[in-house]
Formats: sequence, structure tokens, C-alpha cells
Amino acid sequence: MSTLHTVNKSPFDRSSLETCLRLAGKGNAVVLLEDGVYGAMQGSNASAMVEKAMSDVSIYVLGADMKARGVDESKIIDGIKVIDYKGFVDLTVEKDKVNAWL
Amino acid sequence: MSDIKKFMYVNRTAPYGTIYAWESLEVVLIGAAFEQDVACAFIDDGVYQLVKGQDTTELGIKNFSPTYAALGDYDVNKIYVEKESLEARGLTIDDLMALKYEDEDDDWAEKDSIHVVTAAELADILEQQEVVFSF
Repeated sequence: MSTLHTVNKSPFDRSSLETCLRLAGKGNAVVLLEDGVYGAMQGSNASAMVEKAMSDVSIYVLGADMKARGVDESKIIDGIKVIDYKGFVDLTVEKDKVNAWL
Repeated sequence: MSDIKKFMYVNRTAPYGTIYAWESLEVVLIGAAFEQDVACAFIDDGVYQLVKGQDTTELGIKNFSPTYAALGDYDVNKIYVEKESLEARGLTIDDLMALKYEDEDDDWAEKDSIHVVTAAELADILEQQEVVFSF
């Protein structure tokens, strides 16, 4: 069994990302979307937590939501993959279930 | 109808500030009524849902906390509370309602429904589920 987690809230507003990363299993995938994309940025108070989690989980960020918020790819933590909606769909198909952290 | 799936209801909000907790409880009961294999997790502020001594009379809204005690009668007895979330809020299992169920496979012995688990244990439990509902 493998899970796709989604986080759509800023890590500075809610604990969703922190809790998701605490409870995600090894080999799981996490997609950051909507305000969740801020969790993908380098040099923030949340970056170290995200970088640490990347040894166990794969982290993806939705490009459209980054662009909408003026978040450039160069500002994203190394190793986080930028995906489009098709990539998002592919991940949902690939994993057994989705856990949406509200 | 042997199409039984493992349903996990993830609860992360406190009870009366928003409608999530009550809605979750309603959906848990629906899942149980359709005889699914239901489990619940209480994480972050969700642990406040299970605190004993809730009294909403002065708010003029329904106190739905007694309903949790009925879950055992619906065969909902896998109630997981994350240890880290409890500790972060200065709570222990003694602050929570003592939810029980009668085990039909053990001469109807009364047992605790609430299991306090670590984040690592809960991560494994979440992995075993087939469907996850978030509230």
C-alpha cells in the first residue's frame, strides 16, 4: 500500500504540512498545491522540516499554483519536483489512496 | 454485500469552533451503518473532540460528545489517538472519555476502544487503510 498525501494550506497558517510529514509512511508521495506551495520554498522557517522529510517521502508541487502566486521554480527546495495537472492525475492513479490534509 | 473496505476517518479539528467534528461523527456512523471496517484517528486539535466533561448548555448548541460513547454499539472500536498530539496539548488519556465496547469474540467482555499510539505507529495504521476521509 502506498499513499498520496495532499496539502493545500500554508505551513505558516496551519499545521497540516507538519502533521502530514510526521504521519506519512516511507515511500509515500506528497503534493503541495494551492497555498500549500509555500511549503516548497527555500529559506523559510518550514524548509528544514521539508528537507528532512525528503529522505522518506517524495515531494511534488503543482506548477500552476506556484505561477499564480509568483513562486519561481528557482526558489523551490532542491529535489522537490514541479508537476502539472497531468502529473497530479498520474500520481493519484499510481498510489492506492489519497489522504487530503485539510 | 461482502464489499467491505477499511475506512479511516481522520479528525484534526476541535469540536465547536467549526462543524467538521460533528460532520465527521455523522459520516462515521453512516460508514458503520453500511457495515464497513471503520477506524478513526484523532490528531492535532482533533484530540479535543474526545475530552470528557463537555457542556454546551450556555452556548445553546448540541453537545454531541455523548455520541462517541455509542460508537462501540456500531462496532466502531478502533479509535486511535496520537500520543504526540495529546502531549503537545498537556493532555493524557485520563482527560478523555472512557470509550468502551463489548467484544463478541471474548464473551462480550468490556474493552477500551481508544488506543493511544505514537506517530510512527499511526503512520503504519494509515498505510493499512483503503479509504481515508479527512475532517
